[in-house]
Amino acid sequence: MLIRELERLENLLEPWREFDRINRETFRTLSPSRVEFPPVNLWKNEDKAVVTTEIPGVDPEGVEINVVGKTITLRFERKPEELKEGESYTRKERWYGEFSRTIELPFNVQVDKVEAKFSRGILYIEMPRAEAEKPRKITVLPE
Amino acid sequence: MAETVKDISRKNRKIYAPAVDIFETANNILVIADMPGVDEKSVDITIEKNLLTIHGMIDSTTHDNLELAFSEYGVGDYQRAFSLSDEIDRSNIKATVKDGVLKLVLPKSEKIKTRKIEVIKET
Repeated sequence: MLIRELERLENLLEPWREFDRINRETFRTLSPSRVEFPPVNLWKNEDKAVVTTEIPGVDPEGVEINVVGKTITLRFERKPEELKEGESYTRKERWYGEFSRTIELPFNVQVDKVEAKFSRGILYIEMPRAEAEKPRKITVLPE
Repeated sequence: MAETVKDISRKNRKIYAPAVDIFETANNILVIADMPGVDEKSVDITIEKNLLTIHGMIDSTTHDNLELAFSEYGVGDYQRAFSLSDEIDRSNIKATVKDGVLKLVLPKSEKIKTRKIEVIKET
């Protein structure tokens, strides 16, 4: 082998890292119907919701984002490196394929004001809350 | 540079081992690592003797005035180490980062490349 991972050394130093790696590997090998991919984080406040997901190496032009009312659907693809004849993988851990993920949002959002950014492999989608749903203060008028 | 990056990140951040693909072409070994959140300024690649270490540092700023409603993935720095055989030309290793993916090109040394195309003259 021309390159070999120092797994034993790593494990001795930081055993939880190996645990994390095994976790991730399990996550990848489970069927997509059981575990949703890609994992997302959802942030919110009274005015907006933000969804982030890690999709490194995905061509942002090919990412499809659909927002309908209270749900957002992401669709994208990552293709494997095309190897020439005689070339071979000695390790293949990264995910490939077509993925679709639907996420339920905490409130309805303004579909025409959704903004998405893709930077360093992270997709960031900001969705302002629908005006009609925002909490409102009601002023009490004097008689 | 390498030291400061490590010193800061070691304190209280999680470190993940990035998923990697490794494949061999006629002249190179390619290592491709998923490191979302990392760019060319925040990745360190060091070679010490035969130890190749990849270290990526992410900018973990939290979102202003937002609370985390739910979280399915964790965020942290990246580190992974590999040992190289003598058949890799250490002086010509190249690294690029694009869209959170690190690509390392490790050239095979001339010694092993030529060994493959050796032709013995008929006597």
